[in-house]
Amino acid sequence: MKPSAPRRVSWGVYGTLFLFLLAAPPVLVWADQPFYMDLLTRVLILSIAASSLNLILGYGGMISLGHAAFVGLGAYSVAIPSYYGIYSGYLHLGIAIAACVLFALVTGAICLRTRGVYFIMITLAFAQMLYFTFVSLEEYGADDGLLIYQRSEFSGLLNLENPGVLYYLAMGVLAGCLGLMNRLIHSRFGRVIVGIRHNEPRMQSLGYNTYRYKLACYAISGAMAGISGFLLGNFTYFISPEMMDWTRSGELIFMVVLGGTGVLLAPVAGTAVFLLLEEILSAFTVYWHLLFGGFLIAIVLFGRGGLHGLVEKLERRNHSR
Amino acid sequence: MSLAIRNLNKSFGGIMASSDVNLDIEENETHAIVGPNGSGKTTLIAQLSGIIVPDSGTIHFNGVDITRAPSHRHAHIGLARSFQITSVIMPMTLVENVMMAAQSVSGHSFRFWRPISLERDLRERAMQYLEDVGLKDVSGSEARAVSHGQRRQLEIAMALALNPRLLLLDEPMAGMGKRESGRIVELLAGLKGKMTMVLVEHDMDAVFALADTASVLVDGSIIATGPAAEVRANPEVQRAYLGDLHA
Ligand SMILES: Nc1ncnc2c1ncn2[C@@H]1O[C@H](COP(=O)(O)OP(=O)(O)OP(=O)(O)O)[C@@H](O)[C@H]1O
Ligand SMILES: [Mg+2]
Repeated sequence: MKPSAPRRVSWGVYGTLFLFLLAAPPVLVWADQPFYMDLLTRVLILSIAASSLNLILGYGGMISLGHAAFVGLGAYSVAIPSYYGIYSGYLHLGIAIAACVLFALVTGAICLRTRGVYFIMITLAFAQMLYFTFVSLEEYGADDGLLIYQRSEFSGLLNLENPGVLYYLAMGVLAGCLGLMNRLIHSRFGRVIVGIRHNEPRMQSLGYNTYRYKLACYAISGAMAGISGFLLGNFTYFISPEMMDWTRSGELIFMVVLGGTGVLLAPVAGTAVFLLLEEILSAFTVYWHLLFGGFLIAIVLFGRGGLHGLVEKLERRNHSR
Repeated sequence: MSLAIRNLNKSFGGIMASSDVNLDIEENETHAIVGPNGSGKTTLIAQLSGIIVPDSGTIHFNGVDITRAPSHRHAHIGLARSFQITSVIMPMTLVENVMMAAQSVSGHSFRFWRPISLERDLRERAMQYLEDVGLKDVSGSEARAVSHGQRRQLEIAMALALNPRLLLLDEPMAGMGKRESGRIVELLAGLKGKMTMVLVEHDMDAVFALADTASVLVDGSIIATGPAAEVRANPEVQRAYLGDLHA
């Protein structure tokens, strides 16, 4: 088995996906299909959240069932200032990142003292605490949420009200986040994170204070998810606590697992397939949840390593023929 | 004094794994710890390396109290160990495993941007340690793909890459072939006198070829300690331990 040849083919798959996403807006505008434009924008925005989850889940082995909390915080960072008539995008983004880093450091400081199923439960508990906090905030619409009347302003530099601008901004941010993650996982820090995932006690006895590295990783991931929330709030003109619900976190996990954990670009494919399939199946039959669930189970059971693993397996088979 | 252990006690339920252990080990001395299975050798090493906290007693390393220091601190004050039960990072290559150790003691690792592949000196140092333990040819293989014996050799390379002043080796040769263990004995003989070594080992020939001093553990207690040759000749030791082994 020569590993080099099949890898080029999976690059082909991701390259095609990239070109497709890059070329889609003009085509969709020309064909007057705003619905699909919206769908792809959602794919890009949620890909950022899924990729940030991949950083802690796939690379760091920290299975968080509370990741949607960061996305919600990011969206409220747009909604609440806007509610007071403050539309500066720089400020929104700054608040989103600061709030998420703070939330990650405070909750992470506690969750990261636990492992395995306890970690999952505590991340879930903190996210639900945040959810109920926002449900109880009458001023900000409680469980009805807040409407965002106007998208963030970037001093005339970017007009987010233009769907194409928001689309390419989301794509740029996604590319930036993935580029950053790529540097990160090949750096000293990234190697430590991967080492911890595979053998934490050994990393400790090699002299790494694993808790600190995990906490830093958790905060970086939270900040990225917050940026995705900033974009999502702008995109939907709306935020409600429902965006932070644990089922949303579960969906993010599914997007990552569906694509393939611990593979840089795989969650983008996972998110795209997840959202497209949800759309197609729900148009096709009212029992789509059943079909969708079945499909997801099949991918996890038969395609270890998600869609990425599946594609690799097919490539290997073709290659050995 | 490199290592000073005072009145160390550790029990698991009713089992006394360490029972009033007192031990002094001089700088650059090689000290062997022998004893029958279950006598508390690994538990002692685990307490010295911060993985198990003793119930009572103290451990000083170069005058610093490390009794309750977390295990990640040890590597940075010059104390490294190898594990009796191999513990390496399986999906990483051998050279990556050793680099992980070398990286730990060459500055902090909150460096997010520069690719590790550009850190030539880390790789070169790692390769040197792999060559020393006889793994140069398989340096690019993943740890899960090599033999059990080779992973034992990797354990030692990782401990050495921490550049320790005190090296704790828990049955380093167990599970190696004759040729490999010969090579490791030779390597350790070469390191002798350059760092303090605590060696837990069942192979008596290896022990007495390497050790300056030795202690015998039985049921968590040290029943004899002193120069290796004296300990070996001690009739009580012969009866309690050596006799026990050949019974
Ligand atoms: N984590 C633990 N929990 C309960 N009992 C333990 C634990 N670790 C060790 N023991 C017990 O403590 C005693 C000492 O064990 P230890 O592993 O230190 O012995 P050892 O001398 O290293 O043995 P061997 O030669 O087999 O490696 C044994 O009776 C063992 O069963
Ligand atoms: Mg043992």
